[in-house]
Amino acid sequence: MPESSERGSLTEAVYYILLSLYQPMHGYGIMQTVGEWSRGRVILGAGTLYGALNTLLEKNWIKTVAVAGDSRKKEYVITEIGKQQIEDELLRLDERLTNGRRVTGGDEG
Amino acid sequence: MKKIIHKAYWNPDKEQQWLNELAAKGLSLSDYSWCRYVFDETEPGKYIYQIELLEKRPGNPESDLYLHFLEDAGLEIVATYMRWVFLRKKASDGPFAIYSDCESKIRHLNRLKNFWTGLVVLELFAGFLNLGVSLFYLLNTYLMTESEFPWTNCIGGLLCTGIGVVFFFTLLRPVYLQIRKLRKEQALHD
Repeated sequence: MPESSERGSLTEAVYYILLSLYQPMHGYGIMQTVGEWSRGRVILGAGTLYGALNTLLEKNWIKTVAVAGDSRKKEYVITEIGKQQIEDELLRLDERLTNGRRVTGGDEG
Repeated sequence: MKKIIHKAYWNPDKEQQWLNELAAKGLSLSDYSWCRYVFDETEPGKYIYQIELLEKRPGNPESDLYLHFLEDAGLEIVATYMRWVFLRKKASDGPFAIYSDCESKIRHLNRLKNFWTGLVVLELFAGFLNLGVSLFYLLNTYLMTESEFPWTNCIGGLLCTGIGVVFFFTLLRPVYLQIRKLRKEQALHD
């Protein structure tokens, strides 16, 4: 097992940012997508997003791609390492959900 | 129509509140320089304003990258002054917060904390130094009969110490308390 699975959960912001970057996207697009997916519940602040993107770049969980025709504008896309983080997180979420449903009685089984 | 208001604010929270109250009435900040606010008449409630303290001054490559990013994300940079930046967003685009989680909020508050700490320390240092000169005179009053009591030092010292204390209670302490509250919150939520 990769060592990353031993670390704690991703924050909600990081989880959604990574997930949105399965498609290359610029900052504004990430904010829009995450807002839509969470039906307006998760509104990423631009400053928060900027900090998170820089941390994710440092960790090589995402990388930048050049946008044709505009040298200043950057798009971001998830890397293989980043995808592995999402896979690990899905396992953790699945476990949490299963236990939560079992204990609260929401699960028929 | 442009309207210019001269006003001095040293508390950015109060300043931001004032700008948003005016924007709600139809006066939207369009430029700022030292104590000089320039407003445009707009429809009431068109913009929401936020004030942020940058890590480095605009012109620094890191800060410029950040400011470009904010612009691309749909924010408008109204004015910058030293490390302060005045940002606005159309109210119709929904709520406006630069920071949306505990960690990034704390990072910005720490920046404010360091900024105010610098000011408070400077004021108190200047204050105590000048009061020290006055005290030294009193202690040596019999030796220095010819010279006058250093009134300038005494008054200046009291003033600086006073400002330092006021800054501590009105600027530094609230930021410190906010950070502490967020740290507790962080144990439960992002």
